[in-house]
Amino acid sequence: MPLTRDQVRHVAQLARIALEPGDEEFYAEQLSGILEHIDRLQEVPTDDIPPTAQVVEVTNPLRDDVPRPGLTQEEALANAPAAVNGFFRVPSIQDEA
Amino acid sequence: MSELTELTIAEAARLLRLHSISATELVTAHVEHIARVDPLVKAFLRFTPELYEKQAEEADRKLKREQGGLLTGIPVAIKDVLCVKGVETTAGSQILRGFKPPYTGTAVSRLFDEGAVMLGVTNCDEFAMGSSTENSGYFPTHNPWDLDRVPGGSSGGSAAAVAAGEAMIALGTDTGGSIRQPAAVCGVVGMKPTYGRVSRYGLIAFASSLDQIGPFARSVEDAALVLEAMAGHDPLDATSSDRPNDVRRDLDKGVKGMRLGLPREYSQVEGMEPGVNAAVREAIKALEKGGAEIVDVTLPHTDYGLAAYYIIAPAECSSNLARFDGVKYGLSVQDVDNITDMYMRARRQGFGTEVRRRIMLGTYALSSGYYDAYYLKAQKVRTLIKRDFDEAFAKCDAIVSATSPVVAFPIGSRTEDPLSMYLCDVLTLGGNLAGLPGISVPCGMSQGLPVGLQVLAPQWREDVALRVARAYEVASGVKAEVASVG
Repeated sequence: MPLTRDQVRHVAQLARIALEPGDEEFYAEQLSGILEHIDRLQEVPTDDIPPTAQVVEVTNPLRDDVPRPGLTQEEALANAPAAVNGFFRVPSIQDEA
Repeated sequence: MSELTELTIAEAARLLRLHSISATELVTAHVEHIARVDPLVKAFLRFTPELYEKQAEEADRKLKREQGGLLTGIPVAIKDVLCVKGVETTAGSQILRGFKPPYTGTAVSRLFDEGAVMLGVTNCDEFAMGSSTENSGYFPTHNPWDLDRVPGGSSGGSAAAVAAGEAMIALGTDTGGSIRQPAAVCGVVGMKPTYGRVSRYGLIAFASSLDQIGPFARSVEDAALVLEAMAGHDPLDATSSDRPNDVRRDLDKGVKGMRLGLPREYSQVEGMEPGVNAAVREAIKALEKGGAEIVDVTLPHTDYGLAAYYIIAPAECSSNLARFDGVKYGLSVQDVDNITDMYMRARRQGFGTEVRRRIMLGTYALSSGYYDAYYLKAQKVRTLIKRDFDEAFAKCDAIVSATSPVVAFPIGSRTEDPLSMYLCDVLTLGGNLAGLPGISVPCGMSQGLPVGLQVLAPQWREDVALRVARAYEVASGVKAEVASVG
């Protein structure tokens, strides 16, 4: 099933990726081609087959909840593009009333 | 002393122990060789003199006191997805340009604990997504055997560095074949361990149910040694296993009496080159001569593996890569109206075409209304693929096949059509979907270019995969050679 340009815009919004001129056509064409190959999965009968999320035996390993040293505030902020007063700086997320 | 750059670990360790050479001399020989060949091969993104100078001195101190570890003084190259404290680590992406991790990942720190000396950071496809290293956000790497061709990918820089004698060993990561395929097309040994054998702490995640870290080397013995040094439980990765670290136990036992399975479907995959098939058939004959019994097996869902993989891996990547938002690290866009705009523009600018394509694909597959048709369906097909392998391993000890259906292809020849690139991994990604250990060993040439033999073993049976690969190496006399560059 080919992807429409509306769907591309919707997915790009969900994925938080801006679209530049030409991107809509590019993704619509390329993703449609890949999805056409992927659609062959529908040929496989899977009604009674459980899904596999991971393949090795799992036992939900738990460890004791003891504090241990983590990153310092300076280390955590060392790679920040913009930091102020020990915080990551981002544009305002609430309108000033 | 250019021959110092052609040694295996076993050979180098002997010379170091006898004090015939020093670790500093060994590293210097590699650094000088890199200065000659890397301008052509471009395997490295950056070098780490601040590490290798200190680590080589430390290795020499230990050797003098006869206190060396498994890898004391051995020069290693590290793929750009493995965090090393204070060393710029970018996953081959512009979005992480300048990022210096505040800690070192477990696999790398275990090599350092054993005395390895880090030469530098190797190039790769951006976020390990690709089969040619052409998706690097920096520059393509060239195959040392033919500079006009790709080194495979995504760990192409690591494979090329070992093939060109720029590093004795290297680390890579394998999500759908990203260690085995570049090892095959560069003519070196590369191994993907069982999912959970090596801690992924400090690995920049691509697809968390598939990713594993593994070694590149110029002999099976070396690959086994590096794997042993890295393997084992790590409290910092809950998926790492506490099973015994016994990967080297049967290395030299040969294949006499072993049953090796040939999957009918694997020799018939789309795009299989006759020269590759011929080299692999010869390799299988050599194993048969060594006493192995060859049995036919079938993996009936092979045709659906690629489709399942290209839902599961992009879905996981779309989630993992959500963290790259231009706020905490990496590329950021500051002149924006609001925070959503900030995220969206940073991700458009910072991610390359293939990464954006896969995030979009994965987001679509997980989006409301499509989840059952794509992601859930792919997970069910994954179960069937896993069962295919379980049934095959009831009839054989290991599965042998080509690693890549094609030899190294010309740079630029597959970049326009993503599916043609994805088809490079059709023989390797089953191993990731089923969590199996797999190794690629050089098995001759086709069109003057290396061909790889893949050995897949049941989960946790790295010992079996390594034993078969080693037996082939011994029986055939085919060795991973250093390519002469330039």
